[in-house]
Amino acid sequence: MRTLFLGNEALAQGAIDAGLSGVYAYPGTPSTEITEYIQKSKLAKELNIHSIWSVNEKTAMEAALGMSYAGKRTLTVMKHVGLNVAADVFMNMSISGVNGGLVVVVADDPSMHSSQNEQDSRFYGKFAMIPILEPSNQQEMYDLTRYAFDLSEELKLPVLLRTVTRLSHSRSFVNTQDRIAQNELKLPENTSRFALIPSYARGLYQNLLDIQPKIEAIAESSSNNTLTIGKDKSLGIIACGLGYNYLMENFEDKCPYSILKVTQYPLPRKKVKELFKTCDKILVLEEGYPLVEEMIGDYFGEDPKVIGRLSGHVNRTGELNPNIVAKSLGLKESTPKEIPAIVANRPPQLCVGCGHGDVFNALQTLIPEIGTKQVFADIGCYTLGVLPPHNIINTAIDMGASITMAKGAADAGVFPAIAIIGDSTFTHSGMTGLLDAVYEKSPITVIISDNSASAMTGAQDSAALGRLKDICLGIGVEPEHLKVIVPLSKNHEENVTLLRDEMNYKGVSVIIAQRACVQLPKERKDFIKKFNTLS
Amino acid sequence: MKTNIIIAGVGGQGILTISTILDMAAFNNNLYIKQSEVHGMSQRGGAVQSHVRISDKEVFSDLIPFGKADMIISVEPMELLRYLSYLKEDGWLITDAEPFVNIPNYPEMEDLFNKIKTYPNHLIINATEEAKKIGTSKAANVVMLGAASSLLPIDEAGLLKAITDLFNRKGERVVNINIEAFKKGQELASTVIK
Ligand SMILES: Cc1ncc(C[n+]2csc(CCOP(=O)(O)OP(=O)(O)O)c2C)c(N)n1
Ligand code: SF4
Repeated sequence: MRTLFLGNEALAQGAIDAGLSGVYAYPGTPSTEITEYIQKSKLAKELNIHSIWSVNEKTAMEAALGMSYAGKRTLTVMKHVGLNVAADVFMNMSISGVNGGLVVVVADDPSMHSSQNEQDSRFYGKFAMIPILEPSNQQEMYDLTRYAFDLSEELKLPVLLRTVTRLSHSRSFVNTQDRIAQNELKLPENTSRFALIPSYARGLYQNLLDIQPKIEAIAESSSNNTLTIGKDKSLGIIACGLGYNYLMENFEDKCPYSILKVTQYPLPRKKVKELFKTCDKILVLEEGYPLVEEMIGDYFGEDPKVIGRLSGHVNRTGELNPNIVAKSLGLKESTPKEIPAIVANRPPQLCVGCGHGDVFNALQTLIPEIGTKQVFADIGCYTLGVLPPHNIINTAIDMGASITMAKGAADAGVFPAIAIIGDSTFTHSGMTGLLDAVYEKSPITVIISDNSASAMTGAQDSAALGRLKDICLGIGVEPEHLKVIVPLSKNHEENVTLLRDEMNYKGVSVIIAQRACVQLPKERKDFIKKFNTLS
Repeated sequence: MKTNIIIAGVGGQGILTISTILDMAAFNNNLYIKQSEVHGMSQRGGAVQSHVRISDKEVFSDLIPFGKADMIISVEPMELLRYLSYLKEDGWLITDAEPFVNIPNYPEMEDLFNKIKTYPNHLIINATEEAKKIGTSKAANVVMLGAASSLLPIDEAGLLKAITDLFNRKGERVVNINIEAFKKGQELASTVIK
């Protein structure tokens, strides 16, 4: 069947058709639509495929491993920085291996359209010594996801499928195939490989090393890695993932050079060698960091035979596009029209009526007392508080870091130290840091700006709904310093007074500023009202 | 044959309606398509664009190269100019006249229109106003699509079918408003784009 799919949807449908039993994920641009597609799919519902959001990427990946342990095919999905959170289980499950097929989908965001950095997940795959697949179009998103499950079960290893923003968020037509049935429940024959005590782990690590030649041989003979020999030997091109598209965009069917299209890693060494031997220079086109270029290039780079991002022939940072690739090939380009100076920047901003704005306003009133540099924040819509007109927050590093950075600063003597964190980020990784602060009675004031959603990523449900107060009390926040306010302009004076009092407390205070995201549909807001009794 | 279209606007203005209609119409006409869109941070009132590429052969890049867009369709006049670097030498600039002002330094309207008029192939229409007259300002996007339709590689019947299919689940009234909006756009463009 031919269907129009967003790259992410093609991947999700590929997983369903491969006999998926569950997806475990935490939202994050550009990965979010994969899980959302499965959540909305009628077929997935009929098939009883698990698809409820996890609290963070680590819990997601661990649950996925548990489902795989039970013999089922499982998908775990996250954005690139989410893999940092899940890195512990990720690295260790490459040692233990999996039972049912387990595919780790990581969506990278080169150019940082919606991210704190543009780290390249292929490094993680290489670090873990597992196969990596890197689709270049929507059809491959579908096909390679199906293939990834087979490969995972053949090798008994997790497989990393790496996508990037431009592919995840681009639509095209995809031919789908018949669905295969889900695996039966089947516990592992030998469970000891899942118990990584040192005496077992040493042997298992050796196994992982021993299987490397097989993994490479599969990539070598795979039709996912194709070498096309061209007439012109002055240049050979290694085109990874989307790099291939931009190359072909420039040449259509008439590329005179040899091309190695890389879609599966480890690198197919023999094919790379053939290209290397027959061509004068090798241009590497890769989305993200210069992984391949660094692997096969010359360390000193004095007269590099291998050129790419490191050698300066391709931009060192940011995503590729047809023009960057044209330039790296020395193709002549027309000069694009200039953008007139009257076009003003239009950065993203808080929606009109957003509760985070009222929290910022209250803090703004207190800034003369707090000082401008003592507000630590986190990742979510409220990160926009770093920009005008708010200019209120100073930090946004990684999810959860507002509370822990405030604590560290307080330990150093900063007072007051204020943390602002969203409800979803709080349950993602703020809770543990709060326990650190409670444990030491650190003088910090934590504002949980609770809009009952993970709004930045498209208003997904938050596991915090109806639980924030109990969580804080359970962690040990003193009841007299746990306050709930409603961030509305009519409550401004009252909220400022309450904030001031709590800021002056020499211990942990938590203020939950509770008002649903204005973008939520009415039914959802009504549902949330049952939990948020004040607002 | 390859047609490259950039659709521009502000996050929340719903520019994807235009892209979706084009996708569906291309599907009906058995053409190849790639259509990239913006999700994430910029959707909060920031500048957003969609690249739509329709062809009778396989399309490789999801992004249109600089200088290769046949037209830029914008639902907002300043956003039209943001993507000029993509426009072909003789490409078309088509925009709604209605500004979306959510920044303090939005340029003077007169300066904007004067700038747009320096490009020979331009069309500025009051799509939002016309859509309101028809029944809802939401149909402004479809007025814009109608205005650009004679430049598209898909015939009128194909586009109308896509509009009908897209709005069907919202009921006959919505379908009719959008068809009327499309025709209004065609009419407004007819004296300029020939
Ligand atoms: C480790 C990690 N996972 C996911 C994301 C993507 N992400 C950015 S903000 C956000 C949700 C924020 O929700 P919340 O804290 O409730 O704030 P809101 O956007 O609702 O204001 C997510 C999931 C990320 N940046 N880092
Ligand atoms: S989406 Fe919700 S939380 Fe984000 S800015 Fe808009 S109202 Fe605020």
